[in-house]
Amino acid sequence: MINCILAGVGGQGTVLASKLIAQTAMDKGKNVRTAETIGMAQRGGCVVSHVRIGEEIYSPLVPLKSADVIIGFEPAEAVRSLPYLKEEGIVIVSQKDIKPVTDSLANTNYEGTEMLDYLKNHVKHLVIIDVEPIFAACGSTRVLNIALLGAAAAADVFDISLAEIEQTIEKKLPQRFIAMNLKALHAGAKTAIKE
Amino acid sequence: MALELLMGNQAIALGAIRSGVGVVTGYPGTPSTEILETVAKKNPGIYVEWSVNEKSALEVAAGAAFAGFRTMVTMKQVGLNVASDPLMSLAYLGIKGGMVIVVADDPGPISSQTEQDTRHFGIFAKLPVFDPASPEEAYLMIGDAFEYSEKYNTPVLFRPTTRVCHGYATVDLEEKRFEVKAEGFIKDPKWAIFPRLSYLNHLKIEARQPVLSEDFSSYRYNSVQGSGKKGIAAGGISYAYTCEALSSLKGECKVFRVATPHPFPEKLALEFLTGLEEVLVIEELDPVIEKELVYLCGKHHLPVKIMGKLTQHLQNAGENSVESVSKAVAEFLQIPIQPAKPSENMPALPLRPPVLCAGCPHRASFYAVKQAMKGRKAVFSGDIGCYTLGNAKPLDMVDTCLCMGAGITIAQGLHRAEPDAVNFAFIGDSTFFHTGIPGVINAVYNETDIVLIILDNSTTAMTGHQPHPGTGKTMMGNISEKIKISEVLKALGVKHIITMNPFNLKDSSAAVKEAAASKGISAVIFKSPCIAVADPAPVYSVDSDKCTGCKLCIKELGCPAIVKDNNKVRIDASLCYGCSICAQVCPFKAIGGAN
Repeated sequence: MINCILAGVGGQGTVLASKLIAQTAMDKGKNVRTAETIGMAQRGGCVVSHVRIGEEIYSPLVPLKSADVIIGFEPAEAVRSLPYLKEEGIVIVSQKDIKPVTDSLANTNYEGTEMLDYLKNHVKHLVIIDVEPIFAACGSTRVLNIALLGAAAAADVFDISLAEIEQTIEKKLPQRFIAMNLKALHAGAKTAIKE
Repeated sequence: MALELLMGNQAIALGAIRSGVGVVTGYPGTPSTEILETVAKKNPGIYVEWSVNEKSALEVAAGAAFAGFRTMVTMKQVGLNVASDPLMSLAYLGIKGGMVIVVADDPGPISSQTEQDTRHFGIFAKLPVFDPASPEEAYLMIGDAFEYSEKYNTPVLFRPTTRVCHGYATVDLEEKRFEVKAEGFIKDPKWAIFPRLSYLNHLKIEARQPVLSEDFSSYRYNSVQGSGKKGIAAGGISYAYTCEALSSLKGECKVFRVATPHPFPEKLALEFLTGLEEVLVIEELDPVIEKELVYLCGKHHLPVKIMGKLTQHLQNAGENSVESVSKAVAEFLQIPIQPAKPSENMPALPLRPPVLCAGCPHRASFYAVKQAMKGRKAVFSGDIGCYTLGNAKPLDMVDTCLCMGAGITIAQGLHRAEPDAVNFAFIGDSTFFHTGIPGVINAVYNETDIVLIILDNSTTAMTGHQPHPGTGKTMMGNISEKIKISEVLKALGVKHIITMNPFNLKDSSAAVKEAAASKGISAVIFKSPCIAVADPAPVYSVDSDKCTGCKLCIKELGCPAIVKDNNKVRIDASLCYGCSICAQVCPFKAIGGAN
């Protein structure tokens, strides 16, 4: 069984990313279950997707200390989800922080770098992805989810190859978004390998 | 047979299509919305509508079911409160074509105002309740629900919860579709409710309850497995958590899975209870299964100790999780578990309450009203929708929020208590049509002095942008006559009505002042589409030479696109929709448009 947590902020595209992972695994003949955050939290709140791939899966929710991989769409959200991570699990995280309005109002001075430092000190297998060059290359900031998916596939975390995810993207995304997302997928993969 | 990755709500929709449903109605509400949307998208000759509210949805479906159609109604748990009047009476009349009322419960609650348990409505109305534990099971169970509905000529409740509705799983789809030949409406006194008929039907319903209970004792998704002196009873997603816990703890005991909590499958429950000393009941929301088992033990003098929510062995509020269930199961079976180590010195994590999107017209509307009422005593009654998020700081513009349509009438009660305050009621366009209109009539009729603010963003935004009567689009893809809110208000007798673009803050604020000065109910309609259905304008940016770092824009508006950058502010271009209000608020003219 492979357990995966995707943690981010509402609007970052975690739901689509988790669906692409699940679809690819299913197309390979695997059994899958997911749980999504849909509703009020999608307006800038914390969102977590659970993806489970394996033979006998009962619950759609990943138990604590059981995730093989956490894909953090934002540094603090990766830290927030750490209780899910297995001892030997891997964290793939975007370095770009999202500062909530509450932080600006309360002057709590949230900085993503503090979260990344914490991850560096507490996670054995950590891959930090600098998404800015990928955004620049793809001409959009809306490719974060696919870039992180590329990084995860390159790190071989859920027994799904880059080529297999590519097929799912071609099958499931609207035609006009495919080229841009494939570019992001490979850019993410390349960054992960360099790391 | 074909395998597909489906969301639970999609599985319910496809299961209903497979079962030959002919009419599907509903009102959007998390976590139920995607069911009706999926039927509309696939639509193999089915009539689908977003009704104006849940009561209308249930009645439209009942009419079609009287004529022999298989019908499905979809809503969230609080929607059934709105539809409870027709539900209670329909339970007495019954139906001809199978009728399944899908009511999604939301333990947590994750996106709702209550943690009510729809199984109680089944008990209250004496209707069968189906409780699926997974998407693939929901796909097949909804077909069973139609069959039971027709077998007993009664509407049935189908109650998934969030983790079933919004989880994806592999579902094995069947190609064959059940064909329903509706014979049409046949006139008969049995379709008109009268006291005498109600009495006679009440007798029949009471006689039916034990028959259904017996029938459910052999229903395929109710089961008793395992052996021992200890037993666990579980229903819905909690059954999945129980299986997971038993598997990971390598625990063994007798397990009773309850897929039809009402009428309770007593015969099967007695088979489960026989020979047991202790039972742990695992369910979400209220202790429904637990009370049934306590009742059965009393009725049959069984010396079995029943534990659960009533005995404080499990939490009364909030969602269950694999952890909470594992902990309870481990204690019950006396399996030692390692308590989870708390994570060490985690840095303070930023709080992320949901907020209005950057570019949201509601932010401008709230701000304009706030500016207009500066220094005056005013109360802001809110309602259900994205604009409930106007409660967050710095806007802080939702003083009350109760249920759909209540803002308009709460404001009237506040006015009676505090006539010296200006009492505002905020309501969105879809909510206005849902249950807002009677409240307006109430204010006109009783000459109540309130200011009605309509936040018209041309969609039902919070649930994912569904059309409504004001948009002129239907779920059958037709374009119907748009119902104009201003004309509705005029027809209802509201004298002072003004329509504004909220992004013009100065004029909007002046319009609010004018409305507040007029007698009786007055209305300001802020009309501007939701950013999800409008094209974005060129983004704004901050001239760092002019920005003094006063952060007034952040403190006044709380827009997620405006962030602190060293001692100044910056606009995140990926979030900005070019709404312009920050430029209007900046006292140093430091924020400008693309040109």
